[in-house]
Amino acid sequence: MASGIRDKVAILGMGCSKFGERWNDGPEALMVEAFQECLADAGIEKKQIQAAWLGTCFDEISVGKSALPASMALKLNNVAVTRVENFCASGTEAFRGAVYAVASGAYDIALAIGVEKLKDIGYGGLPEFGSAMGSLNGLWFANMTAPGGFAMLASGYAAKYGIDMQLVKKAMAHVSVKSHANGALNPKAHLRKPVTEEQVLNSPMIAYPLGLFDCCGVSDGSACAIVTTPEIAKSLGKKNIISVKALQLSLSNGTEIAYDWDGAQFITTSKASLEAYKEAGIKDPRKEISMMEVHDCFSITELVTMEDLHISERGKAPEDILNGFYDRDGKVPCQIDGGLKCFGHPIGASGLRMLYEMYLQLQGKAGDRQLKDPRFGLTHNLGGFPMMNVCSVAIVGKYGD
Amino acid sequence: MAGIVSYGGYIPRYRLNRMLIVQNMAWYFPVIMAVAQGEKAVANWDEDAVSMAVAAAYDCMEGNDRKKLNGVYLASTTLPFADRLNAGIVAAALNIPEDGATNADFASCLKSCTTAAIAALDAINAGKANNMLVVASDQRRTKMATMLEMFYGDGAAALLFGKDNVIAEFKGSHSLSCDFVDHYRGSGKEFDYNWEERWMRDEGYGKIIPQAIGGFLKKTGMAITDFAKVIYPCYFSGTHKDIAKKLGLDPSKVQGNMHANCGDTGTAHPFVMLAAALEDAKPGDKLLVASFGQGCDVLAFEVTDKIKNFKGPKGIKGSLANKVDLNNYQKFSKFRDLIVADLGIRGETSVNTSLTTLWRNRKMIFGLVGKKCKKCGVPHFPPNIICVNPDCGAVNEFDDYEFVGKQGKVLMFTGDMLAASVDPPAVYGLVGFDGGGRTLMDFTDCDMNQVKVGMPIKLSFRKRYTDKTRGFTGYFWKAIPQIEGGK
Repeated sequence: MASGIRDKVAILGMGCSKFGERWNDGPEALMVEAFQECLADAGIEKKQIQAAWLGTCFDEISVGKSALPASMALKLNNVAVTRVENFCASGTEAFRGAVYAVASGAYDIALAIGVEKLKDIGYGGLPEFGSAMGSLNGLWFANMTAPGGFAMLASGYAAKYGIDMQLVKKAMAHVSVKSHANGALNPKAHLRKPVTEEQVLNSPMIAYPLGLFDCCGVSDGSACAIVTTPEIAKSLGKKNIISVKALQLSLSNGTEIAYDWDGAQFITTSKASLEAYKEAGIKDPRKEISMMEVHDCFSITELVTMEDLHISERGKAPEDILNGFYDRDGKVPCQIDGGLKCFGHPIGASGLRMLYEMYLQLQGKAGDRQLKDPRFGLTHNLGGFPMMNVCSVAIVGKYGD
Repeated sequence: MAGIVSYGGYIPRYRLNRMLIVQNMAWYFPVIMAVAQGEKAVANWDEDAVSMAVAAAYDCMEGNDRKKLNGVYLASTTLPFADRLNAGIVAAALNIPEDGATNADFASCLKSCTTAAIAALDAINAGKANNMLVVASDQRRTKMATMLEMFYGDGAAALLFGKDNVIAEFKGSHSLSCDFVDHYRGSGKEFDYNWEERWMRDEGYGKIIPQAIGGFLKKTGMAITDFAKVIYPCYFSGTHKDIAKKLGLDPSKVQGNMHANCGDTGTAHPFVMLAAALEDAKPGDKLLVASFGQGCDVLAFEVTDKIKNFKGPKGIKGSLANKVDLNNYQKFSKFRDLIVADLGIRGETSVNTSLTTLWRNRKMIFGLVGKKCKKCGVPHFPPNIICVNPDCGAVNEFDDYEFVGKQGKVLMFTGDMLAASVDPPAVYGLVGFDGGGRTLMDFTDCDMNQVKVGMPIKLSFRKRYTDKTRGFTGYFWKAIPQIEGGK
């Protein structure tokens, strides 16, 4: 029986670029910015990297196809580089590739890097898929955008639990207010202004019932990690080693969109998180998870995710949210770095950016945002749409804990 | 005896009050005020001659077996494809058998509807076909502040011809064909070009229709007084009355031209008016229908006892009752691309249509045909290779399953202001069908603010996209939430 990934791989170093509208920097510059920080943090030389994984999604409007953009921008040593793309989980998928490669014993030291350059298209929101959605989907799929796709969840959620949409909206507003308060403390975040509940509730409608401030920013950015075995990390003189406790991925199989689903949850998140807790040896996530970076592409996504991660009870996320359970001073602080809400969502970079915050927090290096003695940090990505999606869940903590 | 087995109609839901046109445009051409009575039916932005034809065809085929059709004839002057059989799209949307079907477009002339009907009846009488569906549909664009903008409406109607269960027997026809041109639309031109009204009225409608009807009566030995209703188009209401006078017709026996509640639906209009007449017909009634355009076809029908038990379709009355006031002239102008509004860069995305993909998936796209598992009985859409029921696992053991006609309801929805749309917000959602199956669909003909989870929906064949670069119109089905019973 598989023994899982727990404590088999250590994070040797991490780096994260400043996220934002990086009008004067291309994806190559963003990658190098994150990579240089990461390499210095790892304390190794570039030639020690034996393999790399690149996560990026909208390659057609930025780097182009294959893993060559990473190998060439970073001037890697003609090593194996693989490009992965799995919607919003792309960054975590790159990490999973590097982690599994080290765990398998195939390589000693591997790099995972994610990048996305979104602000080269001339309009707000994510790029249109165009031919990238496939020749059949283009013939029939609804004229859907990301906010619209997730907005539907709010109608499904309110209907399932018989909760008035105004209350759901209020809880959603608190999600954004809380993230902005955190993002304001983070020099690498894109949006650094606190907002009020009133501002969120009164923001212009993007996709009913999501207003502008229920939507995350759209930014450029890159983040990366260098991973190795705990033994090598020790041999390199690392102390307080941060290790991978769980890495899970779950994908829709067509059930939600075509068979049976209540429209008020992500069945993938529900499954991936349970598997992750098992892999990490966590029995009561509501008590044991110290902090989370979840996929708050839209406030409603975060709200529903609190239940799918089995931290809030079904139908009770609005209550927990409004009670401040997920605030910076709450029981399980969520989006402590500001989240997608304030960092924006350069698709390929997001998963690694979330891990970067967990890594900083676990090492006590999170500055003004530092939480007291965090133990387990959970990250979560949700790609695609509620009715067909890709979900990744990762848990990191202190090696041996 | 061959005749009409069923009829159906479709008048789009939006109505434009003619006074609204006057309020907006009379400053430019005050003459339009003279014909500003009532309202005209206008197609939604996602409708065209083909989509409306499909709606009328489904209405007509309600309760009739589509699999028994030997062909579909489509008559229109506003077909989206100059070289690709438009009737073939309608036939595919009806999911009729491909083998043995004779489908054809009858185009380029407003009387092509009756010409198609004669061709269908000829085929049936010659024993070459048993059941032929003839659909007429038009959605003509007009320039702003013109008489044509005032007169023209959008709509479609369908007639099912056959030999069994005939509700109106065919009693003969007569055609007059001549190159009389009162208006024309050159190839590739957007709008009709018409000669002065006196010419159209007096030398056109006013002379040719009576002449053709006279020819029919002479040929058949029937008298005009034999007919309970005489049906002919003419959007000049005065001339419409004068024709009756010329024919010696009692005004009560003239089918109204529907100017006040619909407008002239072009090629569809003789059928629309005939369908409206059939809705009120009694056994034994004789109906005379004439068309107009480079001549005139005249057809006579006699209503049979079968009409008493005929389970009427939604028809013209039904669709006329289902209406919403389009109280915004700019919106109408944008729907018709008469004004330039920015769709944004997001709306620039232009992908060609993969003809191979479309061919492989034609049943799914046009007919909304999914699959039903032979093992577990679960229906699904789009068609999967492996059963969607996780507890089943059947591989390729499915029957085709038509979702059109199934009851459904809204499971979740949104109105999306970010999506590039001619009529924002783009409303869409997940729709679940009674008996199983669910899918994501665009919604249409609805106000997002009135949509609710759990609301019943109906399905409608609509334009999914228009590829202006290459001249290709893509179609798919959309859901219409049934707000307050359809209004």
